[in-house]
Amino acid sequence: MTEATGVCPLSREQIVAQYFLEHRARLLDIAAFLDRLDRAAGGGVPDFREQALLQALRLVADGGPQRTARVLNLFSDMSEQLPQSAHGMKGALGAVKPATGVTV
Amino acid sequence: MKYIDPHIHMVSRTTDDYQRMAQSGCIAVTEPAFWAGFDRSSAQGFHDYFRQLTEYEPRRAALFGIRHFTWLCINPKEADDPAFARDVVALIPQFLKCDTVLGIGEIGLNKNTKNELIILEEQIRLAEEHNQLILVHTPHLEDKRKGTRLIMDALSASSIDPGRILIDHVEEHTVADVLDRGFWAGMTLYPDTKMTPQRAADVIEMYGSERIWMNSAGDWGCSDPLAVPKARLEMKRRGHSLSLIDRVTLDNPRTFLSQSPKFRLDAEGA
Repeated sequence: MTEATGVCPLSREQIVAQYFLEHRARLLDIAAFLDRLDRAAGGGVPDFREQALLQALRLVADGGPQRTARVLNLFSDMSEQLPQSAHGMKGALGAVKPATGVTV
Repeated sequence: MKYIDPHIHMVSRTTDDYQRMAQSGCIAVTEPAFWAGFDRSSAQGFHDYFRQLTEYEPRRAALFGIRHFTWLCINPKEADDPAFARDVVALIPQFLKCDTVLGIGEIGLNKNTKNELIILEEQIRLAEEHNQLILVHTPHLEDKRKGTRLIMDALSASSIDPGRILIDHVEEHTVADVLDRGFWAGMTLYPDTKMTPQRAADVIEMYGSERIWMNSAGDWGCSDPLAVPKARLEMKRRGHSLSLIDRVTLDNPRTFLSQSPKFRLDAEGA
């Protein structure tokens, strides 16, 4: 592989100047989504996807490397078994049900 | 500025998208067969679709100076019924001789089922028998990691050179495996569910520019037919060289696709 320097040509200051406002807005979207869940009509029980999202937020803030790949792996189906058919489950949900290890 | 969008579903796009793409520098597109958003009820529906891809779309693209090429298959979302899928696969050989058909694609998995895997393996054999390039669809979201590994194992069991196979929709958790095993990798720039131009530029910085391309995979969903020029702009804003930008959006697609003798660009685009 060529030119895999691992380095972004921009300085740290330039990266912040170029991207901070955009990502500040995205973070506020996540905060507002969580607030909206708190205000959900009728209360309700947290969905496995909410829990996966909170887990991912903790991972993002842990200071470790390769956050994107680790978040993607966190949301991934790690099971080995293959269902025979996709009948009734054409779409993907974005996270895995912890109880079964299989997507619904 | 010139670029190739090597994965876009133009049958789902309006003619003014061709115009905007041409104005943005697009000189060629390749269109894999895919799912129409609902399941077709007969193999005849696919026959009509394959005619649209091989006869109608090249003419529509040519109105704007864009070369249109295509890939044929039954996509994994409609391949869960093996008997039905085999009826569709049986139609493909008659179309492989068309001037703009580059290979078999986008084949792969959707929900990582045994039925999907059977039809994937049969379409890999079809490509093998007819010496065709392959374009691979990897599953979305939580199914991608597992599906990508299953697909690569199925491909590695064939005699096809991995350099003749492009595995699309890679993300940060799959790209290294795909490249390490000798395949080409495609990054799909999609507004909501796949990669952003920013993340695609990150991947180029982390994994290099060899055997990798970008595409919009624009289709009937929320997608952006101008995603590739937007990624070019993102790389330019970061200070990447024009030669690197051209490599991942023009030269690499041309190199991979030129393994098919049918892939030819006009003198101006070459």
